[in-house]
Amino acid sequence: MEKELRLMKGNEAVAEAAIRAGADGYFGYPITPQSEIIEYLMEANPYTTTGMVVLQAESEVAAINMVYGGAGCGKKVMTSSSSPGISLKQEGITYIAGAELPCLIVNVVRGGPGLGTIQPAQSDYFQAVKGGGHGDYHLIVLAPASVQEMADFVDLGFELAFKYRNPVMMLSDGAIGQMMEKVWLSPPKERSKTVPAWATTGKPPTRKRNIITSLELDPDRQEIFNKKLVAKYNEIREKEVRFEEFQCEDAEYLLVAYGTSARVCQKSVELARAQGIKAGLLRPITLFPFPSKQLNKLADKVKLMLAVEMSAGQMVEDVLLSVNGKVPVHYYGRMGGMIPTPDEVVENLKERIIGG
Amino acid sequence: MAKVKGSIVVNIERCKGCGVCLVSCPTGTIEMANEVNGKGYNFAYPAHPELCIGCANCAIVCPDGVITVYKTKI
Amino acid sequence: MKEITGIKEIIKPENLAYRKSNILTDEIMHYCPGCGHSTAHRILAEIIEEEGIQQDTIGVSPVGCSVFLYNYLDIDWQEAAHGRAPALATAIKRLMPEKYVFTYQGDGDLAAIGTAETIHACNRGENFLIIFINNGIYGMTGGQMAPTTLSGMKSSTSPYGRDVKTMGNPLKMTDIVATLPGTYYVTRQSVHTPSNVKKTKRAMRKAFQYQKLDKGTCFIEIVSNCPSGWKMTPVQSNKWMEENMFPFYPLGDLKAPEEPPVQQPKSE
Repeated sequence: MEKELRLMKGNEAVAEAAIRAGADGYFGYPITPQSEIIEYLMEANPYTTTGMVVLQAESEVAAINMVYGGAGCGKKVMTSSSSPGISLKQEGITYIAGAELPCLIVNVVRGGPGLGTIQPAQSDYFQAVKGGGHGDYHLIVLAPASVQEMADFVDLGFELAFKYRNPVMMLSDGAIGQMMEKVWLSPPKERSKTVPAWATTGKPPTRKRNIITSLELDPDRQEIFNKKLVAKYNEIREKEVRFEEFQCEDAEYLLVAYGTSARVCQKSVELARAQGIKAGLLRPITLFPFPSKQLNKLADKVKLMLAVEMSAGQMVEDVLLSVNGKVPVHYYGRMGGMIPTPDEVVENLKERIIGG
Repeated sequence: MAKVKGSIVVNIERCKGCGVCLVSCPTGTIEMANEVNGKGYNFAYPAHPELCIGCANCAIVCPDGVITVYKTKI
Repeated sequence: MKEITGIKEIIKPENLAYRKSNILTDEIMHYCPGCGHSTAHRILAEIIEEEGIQQDTIGVSPVGCSVFLYNYLDIDWQEAAHGRAPALATAIKRLMPEKYVFTYQGDGDLAAIGTAETIHACNRGENFLIIFINNGIYGMTGGQMAPTTLSGMKSSTSPYGRDVKTMGNPLKMTDIVATLPGTYYVTRQSVHTPSNVKKTKRAMRKAFQYQKLDKGTCFIEIVSNCPSGWKMTPVQSNKWMEENMFPFYPLGDLKAPEEPPVQQPKSE
């Protein structure tokens, strides 16, 4: 079957991609700027075509717990929200990670803290990559920079979630969620009939009962479990790093940015080059696992790095850790829902170059 | 008319000595022992087995399901 | 395993009148002596065995004294975060509608942190069973006041007795959910005497059978005791429960459908 070309909003593309990825369930709650996801799904009514359950829960808390229940049955389930709603979901997310369940959580980030603004931001990086919920766990975090990637990362997200029995977050932002672009949609996949061995589907005589839990009161056993998670995250760091490089082959100055900031920086690289500055861009696609090795390699070639984010400076810390002091690392950003312009970034880069 | 007689089997190591079986027994078959089991509970036991009519009240109400009941017509 | 038996001649397989369910695992339940949780688990296991639905049942366990419920009944289980069991059960039942799904929750789980999940699952008429163990106290964490603690009742966080002016009135969740059109069968029972155990078993049997009818949520409150939290012996706590809890939380059906269950109840 052929791919289908459509003009869609990022949020709508996620919804359509979920149906085509053979998702079993979506449990969500309205919040700006991502309500189109559940609205699209309700209108598409996939229950009548693929059997996919779409349910508007009474809160983001209830929605993430519905995801837990569905994931425990081995089903492809997902939820979506935006920053304040994702904060509500943190309890559920750490439980999902602790119970080693697969699922997809979409965060269309808006400015914070608190109720904040409905405009786009990238200020949930720490929450997504460093924790958010309590305990030692990590989400696999995919950062789309286009409507196409918002669509593609649904299927990729589910694939990684089931491969590692881990929750996956798609960290988008209000700009990409709301903008319309051309998107190639994959042909629909049937909903899977395979039942994972660990899923709660009713205990037949042929196996022991399956218990989905994150509770272990014995510290020896809990440490063994924590070590198992650590090993899993190390394997993910080895195998699942994804990034894109733009004009890095001969770059002397490196911009590091993801999502909307990366789109801006791509233009900034072009503008800088036109002024004779050999700039390049590294765009992390996975924020966890972070492309630390690649940044460390590039630190041997470039004179400085400039992290550009729509936040007070969150991803910049991971850039600093990655280069481990080899080169100066700076940060430029806008907050409160403001988006940096390509010119601003170039000006800031020039200041850093002069400043040394 | 045939008489019904019963016989209970109490797993005294799993009994927690709550005493709810004793107050449910209509014939006074059950008493709590003066001795304790391995956990330190004064367990229940059929002190007067000849009185048992196999009604299973004790087993039905026992929280821990430590009683098995048999009954027959004499 | 030591046993004391009655008259040995009567003890023959053909004379078996009662044995505990084989759905119960061998693990000794950790509950205090005389705790209603143990009895409720026991009869839940009996119903699952008698209805022959071990292979098709998924339970959702709470946070509270019964957090290790999944160690005691040999079925598939999911452990929910505190209060969230009805959300998990919603997804499980919607994704696998042919299975039997139930939640088992205490008074803090269902009526404090989980109030929204409880009411909204019932409001949507989710087709599963909620079992609500109400003993008017938080047992696991050491005997604090619960939303269902009676006015004037002492607990570790109401040491002078619950003062409704500053602490609110006890919450009758069962009455609240009975008013919602989404609930199909709502009843309040107990497990402290043989006849009440039998009534609770009948209620549970109906509730499981009703899942095949897809008519809405079944809700069984079991008014229960907490000998440790109430600081009484088990027998005293049952008496106290009869004298104090039952007048406020009266036993009986709050909402009972007129249609009979799909299959006639098997003999007990």
